[in-house]
Amino acid sequence: MKALCWYGKNDVQVSTVPDSTILNPRDAIIKVTSTAICGSDLHLYNGFIPSMEKGDILGHEFMGEVVALGSAVKNLSIGDRVVVPFGIACGNCYYCQHDQWALCDNSNPNALMAEELYGYAPSGLYGYSHLYGGYAGGQAEYARVPFADIGPIKVPEGLTDDQVLFLTDIFPTGYQAADNCGIKPGDTVAVWGCGPVGQFAIQSAYLLGAERVIAMDHIAERLAMARDKSHADIVNYEEQDNLFETLKEMTGGRGPDHCIDAVGLEAHGTGLGNIYDKTKELARLASDRSNVLRQAIQCCGKGGTVSIPGVYGGFLDKFPMGVAFAKGLTLKMGQTHTQKYLAPLMERIQKGDIDPTFVISHHMTLDEAPAGYKMFKEKTDSCTKIVLKP
Amino acid sequence: MTTNSTESTKASVNIAGTERWVTAFVGGGLATYGLLRSPAPGNALSGYAMTAAGLYLIFRGATGHCPAYSALGVNPAIEAEETSQKLGDVGIKVTHAVSIQKPIGELYAYWRDFTNLPHIMDHLNSVTVQDGTKSHWVAKAPLGRTVEWDAELINDEPNKVIAWKSLPDADVINAGAVTFKTATQGRGTEVRVEISYAPPAGKLGAIIAHILGEDPKKQLDDDLRHFKQMMEAGERPTTEGQASGRGPDKDQVK
Ligand SMILES: NC(=O)c1ccc[n+]([C@@H]2O[C@H](COP(=O)([O-])OP(=O)(O)OC[C@H]3O[C@@H](n4cnc5c(N)ncnc54)[C@H](O)[C@@H]3O)[C@@H](O)[C@H]2O)c1
Ligand SMILES: [Zn+2]
Ligand SMILES: [Zn+2]
Repeated sequence: MKALCWYGKNDVQVSTVPDSTILNPRDAIIKVTSTAICGSDLHLYNGFIPSMEKGDILGHEFMGEVVALGSAVKNLSIGDRVVVPFGIACGNCYYCQHDQWALCDNSNPNALMAEELYGYAPSGLYGYSHLYGGYAGGQAEYARVPFADIGPIKVPEGLTDDQVLFLTDIFPTGYQAADNCGIKPGDTVAVWGCGPVGQFAIQSAYLLGAERVIAMDHIAERLAMARDKSHADIVNYEEQDNLFETLKEMTGGRGPDHCIDAVGLEAHGTGLGNIYDKTKELARLASDRSNVLRQAIQCCGKGGTVSIPGVYGGFLDKFPMGVAFAKGLTLKMGQTHTQKYLAPLMERIQKGDIDPTFVISHHMTLDEAPAGYKMFKEKTDSCTKIVLKP
Repeated sequence: MTTNSTESTKASVNIAGTERWVTAFVGGGLATYGLLRSPAPGNALSGYAMTAAGLYLIFRGATGHCPAYSALGVNPAIEAEETSQKLGDVGIKVTHAVSIQKPIGELYAYWRDFTNLPHIMDHLNSVTVQDGTKSHWVAKAPLGRTVEWDAELINDEPNKVIAWKSLPDADVINAGAVTFKTATQGRGTEVRVEISYAPPAGKLGAIIAHILGEDPKKQLDDDLRHFKQMMEAGERPTTEGQASGRGPDKDQVK
């Protein structure tokens, strides 16, 4: 079969690889009909995530048709159309049973490796480094889905791939980011990053009752999308002398009630903090750039929540702990517990509360994926989200 | 291990005959003996638990006070004496604990059937149970060879503890126990394994080291992780044999 493989920094290629096969009783094989490129994939593409191996198949946002089933999968049938959550989880451990699917105890074959770094291991993920299990991803013609009896959700009649594909990750991720804020009626939420995750965070904040969302980025068309499609007030951070003052002024001197970092470890930026981060990173003294996270903590109003869907992998420097402490902030973060949100968000889509297709800017074939990665990285051609049709 | 212990174990290995491939040994997770940690307060053993300075005390503590022990019809006094002589007060001890989201009875029953253990301990080929208390263990050794030994169940309290140890003329003297305890409020069951052993020097020692891996603690860690995976998820997660864009000449990460 054909699959998009990672061969190094800025080097992904479509290769012919052996077909996906059933390896465990709870596995299924999916013929992939749609799969997307994610901002998280860019962290791999840019070489920020450790423990990648040449030849790893990428892709964690995919859906398709069941073509083979392991002996223990009884709730699916050949031919079912399913959406696959990007985190792999067993459904039976303490964390799964408490809706903390991304913390599953039993799905990461390289748990020991992760424990050496993190103390305790996160769940496995598709196509997201060996630390996260080393599973082959879904930017391929076929994909193996472990614990298929618990993860995938069947697609109701009448919904297109494009409508439901983002249930795999970015819609639940934006939703969890907003959910983690504990939004109360009247609240103002500030969102850093108007990529797909930021867009869904904005819309989810409204779905959860926010009065107002302020969205920040520096890419004009993404800001326009945030304003026109997601109904946020927008701020181009590059045009601000003092972002803190801007946000303070916009919120009547209180600061945003909650701040969402939908950018993560590759934050762009200006200012001393960013120069400092870049220097450190070049000298391999720090692994992640925490520009946005610092700003979110700095700008957040007293007693607020800083919710962090943006990915971090290693160590941060100059973390403003005293600021967070003084204002009594709550920090929430982590990979998304996608399974928790699949059914309720599928229902929202069916009811028409939200139409996730608004983020799609490009459709491509799998063969075009390497060009797609480059385009998505460079944000050329107004690229916001690429859907691949293998 | 100190040089001293290597010397003393070498002596005992020579007596037992190193060239025999049949040995008694215990891989991470199997060996053993018992009741190293008292499962409940008030148990006569608690004073001896693992705080005991050396294996001597562990063995003495377990054998001397275990009510189930004499019921097994063995002579604990003599065995403890022998074992402690061979071990001196040194040896390797590894401990590990894991919480499993299953009722205590299910976990106890799985472990109590030793023939299940090769499913969770990758270095084992098989375990056969010969009668109520004795079992025969076959472990993988380099070059397709095997290492075998006999072990004896020396403590068995349903839903509390299972303990077993190598038979007296074992080349590798070992002891250990698995205890089960219901965790607080919906946290499942805590399973704790403690293993002590004194690997011999020389060729046999090297084989043992190979089986245990570089780090016996890691091996035990793996075994218990597999136990948890089998009990909770019903299978062990794997990527072995999955598709990748690596040629056959490229190293596959485990
Ligand atoms: N927690 C999870 O489970 C999860 C799931 C999916 C994605 N993510 C992460 O969410 C983040 C966003 O994903 P995405 O797909 O939207 O990525 P993306 O790259 O498309 O979007 C990131 C956006 O942030 C903007 N940005 C960069 N620096 C900024 C700054 N200083 N201030 C404001 N905006 C800035 C960029 O211009 C870009 O538009 C990534 O880190 C991704 O890995 C996390
Ligand atoms: Zn994603
Ligand atoms: Zn789980």
